[in-house]
Amino acid sequence: MDINTLRTLATPIAFIAFVGIIIWTFSKGRKGGFDEAANLPFADDDDEVSVEQRKSSVEKKTHE
Amino acid sequence: MSTAFDHPTYNYRVVRAFTIMTVVWGVVGMAIGVLIASQLVWPDLLANIPYLHFGRLRPLHTNAVIFGFGGSALFATSYYVVQRTTQARLFSDVLSGFTFWGWQIIIVAAAITLPLGYTQTKEYAELEWPIDILITLVWVAYAINFFGTVAKRKMKHIYVANWFYGAFIITVAVLHIGNSAVVPVSTFKSYSVYSGAADAMVQWWYGHNAVGFFLTAGFLGMMYYFVPKQAGRPVFSYRLSIVHFWALISLYIWAGPHHLHYTALPNWTQSLGMVMSLILLAPSWGGMINGVMTLSGAWHKLRHDPILRFLVVSLSFYGMSTFEGPMMSIKTVNALSHYTDWTVGHVHAGALGWVAMVSIGAVYHLLPAVLGFKPGAMYSTRLINVHFWLATIGTVLYIASMWVNGIMQGLMWRAFNDDGSLTYTFVESVDASYPGWFVRVLGGAIFLLGMLLMSYNSYMTVRSAKGKEAESFQADTQVA
Repeated sequence: MDINTLRTLATPIAFIAFVGIIIWTFSKGRKGGFDEAANLPFADDDDEVSVEQRKSSVEKKTHE
Repeated sequence: MSTAFDHPTYNYRVVRAFTIMTVVWGVVGMAIGVLIASQLVWPDLLANIPYLHFGRLRPLHTNAVIFGFGGSALFATSYYVVQRTTQARLFSDVLSGFTFWGWQIIIVAAAITLPLGYTQTKEYAELEWPIDILITLVWVAYAINFFGTVAKRKMKHIYVANWFYGAFIITVAVLHIGNSAVVPVSTFKSYSVYSGAADAMVQWWYGHNAVGFFLTAGFLGMMYYFVPKQAGRPVFSYRLSIVHFWALISLYIWAGPHHLHYTALPNWTQSLGMVMSLILLAPSWGGMINGVMTLSGAWHKLRHDPILRFLVVSLSFYGMSTFEGPMMSIKTVNALSHYTDWTVGHVHAGALGWVAMVSIGAVYHLLPAVLGFKPGAMYSTRLINVHFWLATIGTVLYIASMWVNGIMQGLMWRAFNDDGSLTYTFVESVDASYPGWFVRVLGGAIFLLGMLLMSYNSYMTVRSAKGKEAESFQADTQVA
């Protein structure tokens, strides 16, 4: 096969890959997983808790 | 800083160090920017000191803001985000420390060698080969540290911000090694292995993807974490973010030739670069809309949250400059804009409006968090608000003056008389540029003033954290 045929084929292959990604992304079965992933920044709110704890412990100390 | 407010799981030490250096290099790099902008208005300024000549300070400015300020912001936020979204400690404390100190040595080495005149003369890749080798080592350590952390994650998914950070780390490694291929002839002198038009193409393959991956993909990773987090709601569409990611990374890599319109580069390559740059509008705006729409239904939060305002206005500037960029890549538009101040204005719409503003917003969110306060709880919220307005006004003054200058220069350079001779000499266009250059100094100085307020605010936040730590230490010993 001529190298230029391969170069030409790269464009439709990239296009098909793009369409494939869109179909994969918007397929119904993915929704739950994506919702889970989208909430990952909020899965770990531990330092808000630790701040509250620290604040209350500081308040306790000042009241004592 | 001591370890009393260190997180039980995460390595916040390296995040704190990079965050503080973000502010430091931001002030240094932007101060040099204001200095060289002043040298264009007052050419005699420091003109008799060769080390401080415009030609030597200009690459120092770009290196300090891109790699010092932007790079530190990327290290800080990527280390923070990857830990928070994988709930795992960074892969290696040793590698974390190595990336921090290695990166600082690189920036200091730039600040020494560039004024001395050591340069490879490749834009955004001026640093000579020994420094290039150190960059490579630090970058490989960064990649191992980042992907090692992702591999340790406790959950199934890899959050989209980490995809963008990952693409940024891998692509910058490829770009840096590809473009820095040189033959050293002495300790501080080397020659590129490429020559002629191929050298120019490799340089702008690197140069535009420094914009695309260092200054865009990495900062989009920042956006995908800090905008949802500061707004308190998940990103508008996770599906759009996936399409955004694949479209952006597969298209950006082709846009470089638009820097070489009407040069010795083959014409078809120029046209290819132009078409790819035009298509790039779609993923850029997809991402911008995804970020902005995250606030849909919560717009009122913008009214009293200056951090969120920084993040959202950065997206507006991102949308504006990613519209301007494809437009300027059209060959007929480029015939007017190329080599004028318009290009400089475009770069700064992206650099000040997008990269700096999103980083500033992210730093204001995470600095208190890594000091044991609530995220975003800086020493003074009022100062953040003042900073926001200074940054916005500074950016607008800068880019508006460069639009006026650029279009004026472009029109003057191509004005012909009826007999075919040029209407204006070059120096007439220089003379006509002075008012715009003065407004640029003003805009830059206003932006820098905002950064100084940020330094004060950050310093006071760190200080109050130290005070709090001493207090709790005292209390602990009393109890004991």
